[in-house]
Amino acid sequence: MTATVDAPTAELGKARLRKEDAKLITGQTNWTDNIKLTGMLHLAFLRSPYAHAKITRVDVSGALGQPGVIAAFSGADFAAEQGSLPCAWPVTPDIVIPPHPPMAVDEVRYVGEAVAVVVARDRYAAADALASIDVDYEPLPPVLDIRTALDPGSPKVHEAGNKSYEWVFANGDVDAAFSDAPVVLERTYRQQRLIPCAMEPRAVVAQWVGDEVTLWSATQIPHVLRFALSAFFGIPEQNVRVIAPDVGGGFGSKLQVTAEEVLAVLIGRKVGKPVKWTETRTEGNMTVHHGRDQWQRIKIAAEADGRIRGLSVDLLADMGAYLMLVTPGVPLLGAFMFPAIYKMDAYSFKCTGVFSTKMPTDAYRGAGRPEATFAIERIMDELAAELGIEPLELRERNWIKHEEFPYTTICGLTYDSGNYEAATAKARELFDYDGLRAEQRLRNERGDKVRLGIGISTFTEMCGLAPSRVLGSLSYGAGGWEHASIRMLPTGKVEVVTGSSAHGQGHETAWSQIVADQLGVPFEDIRVLHGDTQVSPKGMDTYGSRSLAVGGLALVSACDKVVAKAKIIAAAMLEASADDLEFSAGRFSVRGDPEASKTIQEVALATFAAHALPEGVEPSLDSDATYDPDNFSFPHGTHLCATEVDTETGFVHIRSYVAVDDVGVVVNPLIVEGQVHGGIAQGIAQALYEEGVYDEAGNLVTTTLADYLVPAAADLPSYRTERTSTPASNRLGVKGVGEAGTIASTPAVVNAIVDALRPLGVQDVTMPCTPERVWRAIQAAHGQPAHGQPAHGQPAHGQPAQGTEQSGGMA
Amino acid sequence: MYPSRFRYEAPHTVAEAIRLLAAGGDNAKVLAGGQSLVPLMKLRFAAPELVVDINNLPGLSYHRADPDGTLRIGALCRHADLERSALLAGTQPTMAAAAPLIADPIVRNRGTLVGSLCHADPQGDWASVVLSLGGSVVAEGPDGRRSIPMTDFVTGPFQNLLAPDEIAVEAVIPAAQGERRGGYLKLERRVGDFATVGVAVSLETAGEVVRRAGIALTGVGASTIAASAAAAALTGHSLTAESIAAAASAAAEAARPRTDHRGSAEYKRHMVATFVERILTRCSAEPAERAA
Repeated sequence: MTATVDAPTAELGKARLRKEDAKLITGQTNWTDNIKLTGMLHLAFLRSPYAHAKITRVDVSGALGQPGVIAAFSGADFAAEQGSLPCAWPVTPDIVIPPHPPMAVDEVRYVGEAVAVVVARDRYAAADALASIDVDYEPLPPVLDIRTALDPGSPKVHEAGNKSYEWVFANGDVDAAFSDAPVVLERTYRQQRLIPCAMEPRAVVAQWVGDEVTLWSATQIPHVLRFALSAFFGIPEQNVRVIAPDVGGGFGSKLQVTAEEVLAVLIGRKVGKPVKWTETRTEGNMTVHHGRDQWQRIKIAAEADGRIRGLSVDLLADMGAYLMLVTPGVPLLGAFMFPAIYKMDAYSFKCTGVFSTKMPTDAYRGAGRPEATFAIERIMDELAAELGIEPLELRERNWIKHEEFPYTTICGLTYDSGNYEAATAKARELFDYDGLRAEQRLRNERGDKVRLGIGISTFTEMCGLAPSRVLGSLSYGAGGWEHASIRMLPTGKVEVVTGSSAHGQGHETAWSQIVADQLGVPFEDIRVLHGDTQVSPKGMDTYGSRSLAVGGLALVSACDKVVAKAKIIAAAMLEASADDLEFSAGRFSVRGDPEASKTIQEVALATFAAHALPEGVEPSLDSDATYDPDNFSFPHGTHLCATEVDTETGFVHIRSYVAVDDVGVVVNPLIVEGQVHGGIAQGIAQALYEEGVYDEAGNLVTTTLADYLVPAAADLPSYRTERTSTPASNRLGVKGVGEAGTIASTPAVVNAIVDALRPLGVQDVTMPCTPERVWRAIQAAHGQPAHGQPAHGQPAHGQPAQGTEQSGGMA
Repeated sequence: MYPSRFRYEAPHTVAEAIRLLAAGGDNAKVLAGGQSLVPLMKLRFAAPELVVDINNLPGLSYHRADPDGTLRIGALCRHADLERSALLAGTQPTMAAAAPLIADPIVRNRGTLVGSLCHADPQGDWASVVLSLGGSVVAEGPDGRRSIPMTDFVTGPFQNLLAPDEIAVEAVIPAAQGERRGGYLKLERRVGDFATVGVAVSLETAGEVVRRAGIALTGVGASTIAASAAAAALTGHSLTAESIAAAASAAAEAARPRTDHRGSAEYKRHMVATFVERILTRCSAEPAERAA
């Protein structure tokens, strides 16, 4: 095999502008909402105003007389066919997975759950007619705080109770690690509820022709969705086509089989016309699955010199009202990441999944790993303060040294590569770490009103989801492979089909660069096809920073097959033995006779003509490959953040931010840069701005972008981003970059805030660290300098740390 | 986010606009910048049957000073015009401070100062600024024009004194009695957010003596609050640490904040005092430092 990543054309590493962008920025994008079909009708959903209620009556007849209305349905009308939305990740054998009808029939369990639908000639008529539907509710008590939801007297979300599952993991002698440890610290951290807010709202178009249905959806997962529609809703798989046209971001929120997708298919069949639904932003905030929402109790035992002996983690994870596609598994993706880059003797982890009367949670950028990284990086700073060890020094004493790779962690993961020393050294220098520390000391001595804080996050993550056997061992319902096809066209151009369906990541550009190197054809000659199950019939789609580390490797395998076959044909054309040919830069040449050569394009044309193919060789230069990774990939890096904290107002200003990421070999630095920038922004958003808030009745308060605070450019600092490169052990040496920034940045920012205020006695600020919360933390800590914190007696789950706010409230 | 059905008119003369509004009565709304009305309609919090778009009315996009220094702002003068105004930068420190803090650049390109005053949102910034400057609104109706002092113009949250057939055509800021000093500070949870707390301070000084003071508060009551006692604490004296502290504490006392998702009453009150103190401390500095 001669296809190598070292082909002299070297597209790999070129900062190419994205192929996708010209159409995106000139308004030629084919969003689902742009689709117009003849006779198409529009849907509007009536949604529950109650967090929890019995539905005693639904009367849609009033809507039927309204102008433009064609039909109206309630949940009862779908009872026979709507089944239950799937949960693909039953994490324990005794997990409680309650039925989840796409449209509520007897009971609603969160505000926004669909109870009726109007089908009308236009979206305005559909929206107007909702007011003419009568629903009688019998309110039931909501369940809003998972810390008390498991108490015996708590109201129940489902008949079976509020506990969905308990999942445990342990390795090493945890009791021994903690029992006589010189230092034990315990903290409780809050991962607030987040709302994904992809720029493009969800949208669906469903069209039946005979017994075949085509579903266009703003989804990350056309292949999974096709499988689900068939497996769980009884439509034969060969009759289902799912198309994800241009999709405007997902961040995990479109990794879902949604009620609206299923209902659009069912309604389209009932009315015999194509139907469309596009969510409003308010509907989106209420009913796109939410992210995070955990209480994390973390305990660390260490020697006096800072060496970690053991770590113990006890999570409460809010499932929301139902388990959606991967709801219960999200916290477990973090289970293996709490030990992060550190060596230790023992580790235990427990996660309890709890139901509430809120929108279900599910994957959101990083999915489990940001939570874990936050908790470990926060408590490493606390441990450093407790022991009086410089926090970077404490980390270095514990992290895996670069010469120790591959290293099997306490969780049993084998980190194939990494160099934490190199990334940290680079970050330190760019940040002027020592200079800022000196300034900080000076300002603390002066007692400045505006304090300087330095936040550290030396993170790693596991991505490239995922080896199928590992997913199997975690009870996940599918594999983790990815598929690719290569089609050499007669003119020497190339069609690349990928099962990894992009929704903003830039696959069309990056995949073209990889294939250009592998086949030695010009970048411009390559077209990447994806996102339509009829064009790309096999795939596991895009999430978990898997596209490059899994889909990219599938691409290389498919290229290998094309080259291998082309070589046989080229040998015949050159009247040489295939063994005597070498392939480089798109040209097959006879060793020792460089004049005797054929380009891959010449071979493609000859294959098309098929006039003189060797005996038994089929006239095609197409290939398929499915790649199942044998390990995750482990990007890492060091992020450093400097904050100015105004102690009078609580206002936090990020003064500088340095990110040094090691994502292995880089295909396109511009795309990597974009991912890191967006990722950091999303992590800062969790640290400072965003929180999905429900009030005491279970109403979502943050229903608009005026209430749910997605930061914009003006709120964010300029970043300094650099890279180190430690190649991963796969053939391309690539890791993944989609989530790294988000995973790294949240603890860097919060650590910086706490670092600024530690001289004033502050040990924690609950996220998002709004000015008021920062101000209150200062007030609460007043006059209590933060040395010699007690090792025990920290608040348990039942009491928020630091006298900070209840979930959702500001008071 | 789909508005209810409505009729749309875009007249070319004020007289025609007034006729349309008179016919529409309580169910008609004027659309100028549309940055508040349109979102409210999309959320169905507002459902007017008639929208009268005044953007075709000629000659209302000005802001200019009379020879005596009186400032006039037409109904179609955008926030962005004020943000970039050389006139304000030299003569109206409170307005110049507030203009770039209005919402975000997109809103500032369309939204208008007069529209903001009419909208009477307790979290609106301009109402405090104009109130602190002792300004007024000129309304035109079937019987001609009348001037309404800002102190009377806002009658409650999202309510103003305009009759259904009147259009606010101009805001007026009277000429200063001396040198203007002042500022506007706003606590927003994110750039472009409504004010959690906003404080407008406008002083007119002769030498170091304050001849007129206006302090008004955004977001800490059911409507914009004139902190008159705080202003009175400054009038007739020069700015000192004591008078500044007295004004800050009187302003905090005048605030009527409510605990809500933007913040607690306690914190908002604290921020009123902090902002008053910060603006006045800057006003008391030497001119070179003030400009910094």
